[in-house]
Amino acid sequence: MAEKILELRNVSFGYNGQPAVKSATFSLEKGDFMGVIGPNGAGKTTLIKLILGLLKPDSGSIMVFGEDISKFRGWPRLGYVPQKATNFDQNFPATVFEVASMGRFQKAGMMRQLSKGDYKAVENALGVVGMLGLRDKRIGDLSGGQQQRVFIARALAGEPELLLLDEPTVGVDAEAQHSFYSLLKKLNKEFGMSLVLISHDVGMVSKYVNKLACVNINVEFHDVSKGVSKSDLVCAYPEVMAPVPHHH
Amino acid sequence: MLDFLQYGFMQRAFIAGMLVALLCGVIGVFLVLRRMSLVGDGLAHISFGGIAAGLLFGIYPLFSALVFSVLAALGIQKLKQMKVYGDAAIAMFFSFGLAIGVVIVSVAHGFNADLFSYLFGSILAVSQADILLIAGVGLATIAALLLFYKEMFYITFDEESARAAGLPVENLNNLLVVLTAIAVVLSMRIVGILLVSSFIVIPASTALLFCRGFRQAIAFAAAIGVASVVAGLILAFYFDLAAGGAIVMTLIAVFFAVLVYKQFRSK
Repeated sequence: MAEKILELRNVSFGYNGQPAVKSATFSLEKGDFMGVIGPNGAGKTTLIKLILGLLKPDSGSIMVFGEDISKFRGWPRLGYVPQKATNFDQNFPATVFEVASMGRFQKAGMMRQLSKGDYKAVENALGVVGMLGLRDKRIGDLSGGQQQRVFIARALAGEPELLLLDEPTVGVDAEAQHSFYSLLKKLNKEFGMSLVLISHDVGMVSKYVNKLACVNINVEFHDVSKGVSKSDLVCAYPEVMAPVPHHH
Repeated sequence: MLDFLQYGFMQRAFIAGMLVALLCGVIGVFLVLRRMSLVGDGLAHISFGGIAAGLLFGIYPLFSALVFSVLAALGIQKLKQMKVYGDAAIAMFFSFGLAIGVVIVSVAHGFNADLFSYLFGSILAVSQADILLIAGVGLATIAALLLFYKEMFYITFDEESARAAGLPVENLNNLLVVLTAIAVVLSMRIVGILLVSSFIVIPASTALLFCRGFRQAIAFAAAIGVASVVAGLILAFYFDLAAGGAIVMTLIAVFFAVLVYKQFRSK
């Protein structure tokens, strides 16, 4: 059996008593690609923030790489591409390379300069997403799709084993979305990286993932390695997916 | 040529001015990008209270100003954490410091002249003790900034991601305002309380007009600040102008020159 990299048991969380995630239970193994789908405000981002330790669950337990999250110290093993990563000050003076190098800061440690090895890792990451040629451009001068690649490179620079992406295709044109999904496929298949992807785009997600979390405060977990059926999606989109009643 | 360098007071003015410009130029890039340009101004006015208190109790005024300024910087941060709007917190401390100063002046008569030298700066009256303070504390402050350069860069770019990456964001924010408080007090001797924020805001804003990278912006902000101090002091010496004012006007002239050049080129 493959190594368990993430395990949630009965995890619940609420904002001021208002439940946002209810009794989430699922586990991921090394090499898994999990899609997280569900409507707005369903708790998808909350779920990711719980996994990243940015929020503490009200009840339940989270194990990351086999360790209880409260004791877990290997945070560089997780990479994160936040929602609205490209929603920054477009006039900000930072080159593509400088932005990507941020992904290396945690590994290098506080008050330490980046080493040659760190710079090499940043170059590799930019190479993987195809942005090395633009390394000295100002980040704000790039298109939305290119910026998104740079933010993925930032997460990759830390050489994570598990990469979490929160709605990364919002505001990106169709062509960029397409190459984005083939990039994820490459990371998953060629580099063996485990992925968690939040997305609105149920159709695209179902084509690539082998695990699916259907989130609408409640979290339903499905193994979809043999294909996604409509019933897997009901939790998130009951109005669309429920069978239409016949009236005679 | 360079006959102005024969005078001890001019040598001291150059050393102090260039050090302060270097420090404020670097710190300014962080503050301007974080929409904290007015923090410098606020802290300078708070220092006014500190200067007055120092003069009243016979303490070295820059030292009492430093204490006031650092405490106020931390106070502003605390208020922000308690959900008071940042600019409102600055405005409150701003008036608080001035009020303390004014009350002290009304109680104790006789040091108005000294106080005025801090309001408008007196770079040509920089003493040996001032130089030692500015050099020692200034270099330590620059060292602290360089030490936390990459963390400060990350937080300035995107505070939320920096937090997600495990950086101690609150502590680093506190450090930044404390370093700002120190930079402000050191600059006060040169340009005066009323013009301090120019050292922080103008070189950074000028560099941001044309820089593509962060490291580059910091280097140019520092260079623009230092060059303007040199030019301003020379102008002040030969045309017998107020040194602080001449430096600030040079900074503004450089800013508009770059702005106009940029507009012209983009057409």
